Amino acid sequence: MGKTIAEKIFDAHRVNMPFPDTHVLKLDRVFCHEITTPIAITDLMARGMDRVFDPTKIKAVIDHVTPAKDSKTAEQGKILRDWAKRHGIKDFFDIGRNGVCHVIFPEKGFVRPGYTVIMGDSHTCTHGAFGAFAAGIGTTDLEVGILKGVCAFHFPKTIKFVLNGTLKPGVYAKDLILFIIKELTVNGATNMVIEFTGPVIEAMSMESRMTLCNMAIEAGGTCGICYPDMTTVEYLWEFIKDEFKTKEDALIEYSKWMSDADASYEKVYEYDVTTLEPMVTFGYKPDQVKTVNEMSGTKIDQVYIGSCTNGRIEDLRIAASILKDKKISDDLRAIVSPATPDIYSMALKEGIIEIFQNAGFCVTNPTCGACLGMSNGVLANGEACASTTNRNFNGRMGKGGTVHLMSPATAAASAIEGKISNSQLYKA
Amino acid sequence: MKEFSGKVLFLDRSDINTDEIIPAKYLTEITKEALKPYLLEDLTLTGFNPIEDIKDKAVLVTRANFGCGSSREHAPWALEVNGINVVIAESFARIFRQNMYNCGMFAIELPTDKLDYLFEHYEGKDTSITIDVDKAKIIVASSDQSEELDFKVGEFDKTLVKEGGWVGYADKNY
Repeated sequence: MGKTIAEKIFDAHRVNMPFPDTHVLKLDRVFCHEITTPIAITDLMARGMDRVFDPTKIKAVIDHVTPAKDSKTAEQGKILRDWAKRHGIKDFFDIGRNGVCHVIFPEKGFVRPGYTVIMGDSHTCTHGAFGAFAAGIGTTDLEVGILKGVCAFHFPKTIKFVLNGTLKPGVYAKDLILFIIKELTVNGATNMVIEFTGPVIEAMSMESRMTLCNMAIEAGGTCGICYPDMTTVEYLWEFIKDEFKTKEDALIEYSKWMSDADASYEKVYEYDVTTLEPMVTFGYKPDQVKTVNEMSGTKIDQVYIGSCTNGRIEDLRIAASILKDKKISDDLRAIVSPATPDIYSMALKEGIIEIFQNAGFCVTNPTCGACLGMSNGVLANGEACASTTNRNFNGRMGKGGTVHLMSPATAAASAIEGKISNSQLYKA
Repeated sequence: MKEFSGKVLFLDRSDINTDEIIPAKYLTEITKEALKPYLLEDLTLTGFNPIEDIKDKAVLVTRANFGCGSSREHAPWALEVNGINVVIAESFARIFRQNMYNCGMFAIELPTDKLDYLFEHYEGKDTSITIDVDKAKIIVASSDQSEELDFKVGEFDKTLVKEGGWVGYADKNY
């Protein structure tokens, strides 16, 4: 019997099995941010265990509220900053060099096929796009990860999506993952890894694969995984070129992190997505999904483009292609947050920032802020936001507010029209 | 080991997420105690009054997919500082469930029919529950009724409950 990629990664990292179905894995990466890490740090200090297992494998960033908005968030940043300095954690991204964790860490080449990755953040599943096992965990798991470089998991069963056909113009990875979450429901993949495979995934950029894997957690999934291929190698090449003579050599090495053809799956879903339409959420759960056409005309007060789901350069390019020479509606305000300083710089050079500004967008620094209602775009009671983020929970972006999740293209079109609108209007 | 006994708070809804258990705006707190007044502040459930209904409760009984969403361990902490060390549900989100056991708390899964029974016979009746850890039994009692229900607990989860959490266990063993 063959093995899935997750089984292979577990086999290669298992330290032991202290109890039935309890796999303690060695960690290749422990990622940290300033919301869930400070309590781990202060607890380790209180226990007299203020140590780290390997400062080169720990990467840290201030991203959720940055620059600090008040004394409490300033203190959280300070605890993380002092700790990184104290332990010689060189890859610490402070204000000015910081970006949204699940965008900046891949951008710096920190994730490789076959890696095990944990972070005190549910959207850690994003990094599975590289053929890694990456899981969100809580502060206690993070604490043990920092201290010992291990984490315990029950064995995740795997479900596989085989996605055939081609996405039509105006339909993106975000529409696809919203469709998949609708099919799975919000707990349809609980305790499971979701493999995304097939011609649609093979044709996707790393950015789109990250968008897809990012929302695996919204169906309860432990990790979304794409198989490493030449697209993965190309993305990583500047970081791995000293390790391999050629890209083909890298591909051969990484190809060991593929599921075997005779691997066993909990369930296999196969779809032809050629007819898939742009999708958007309604209500307060990410599986409450309709087509944009069904929701067309829904009133919105704010548009937000950014986050670990859709704040990458590809997303900004798509939105800008729709917003070029257009103005946003007088009935709403719009915010764009490039997810890292490098993306911001690229967008500046490509004239994308100017397009957003001319259209009437507020351009903010890289931060998670608005997505979880912490800063930089919080909604008022009764307001609705057309958002490229990942969660539409009640009050997520501000108490009493509603969030409609959608692609950057749909968000851009909706900004111009002042209501939820299909971007295909602008691409005919 | 923590205490697993006391009055029950029934929340008859599925998919209660961690934003509802503890809203993100309180994640700037750096002590667990500071979360105490905000538990379930944003819960969408008709007739639920967080301050009144949480008072003196030690066990939470709810439906499917409890604790979905964010990985924030602030959710179990907010329960813990309010004296609630047990959640009984049809199912849990993975991260929330692990966070509970990592803190030495109980996240107990019961099949739908047993939960239906608990809601039907014990909701609104000043019910108490005690968990017998070694026998893996839920002892439930109201003024006019009492009984014992079996539940399943894995060895790892049981060890974490007995050791008071994952940090102590991991430090000794890894």
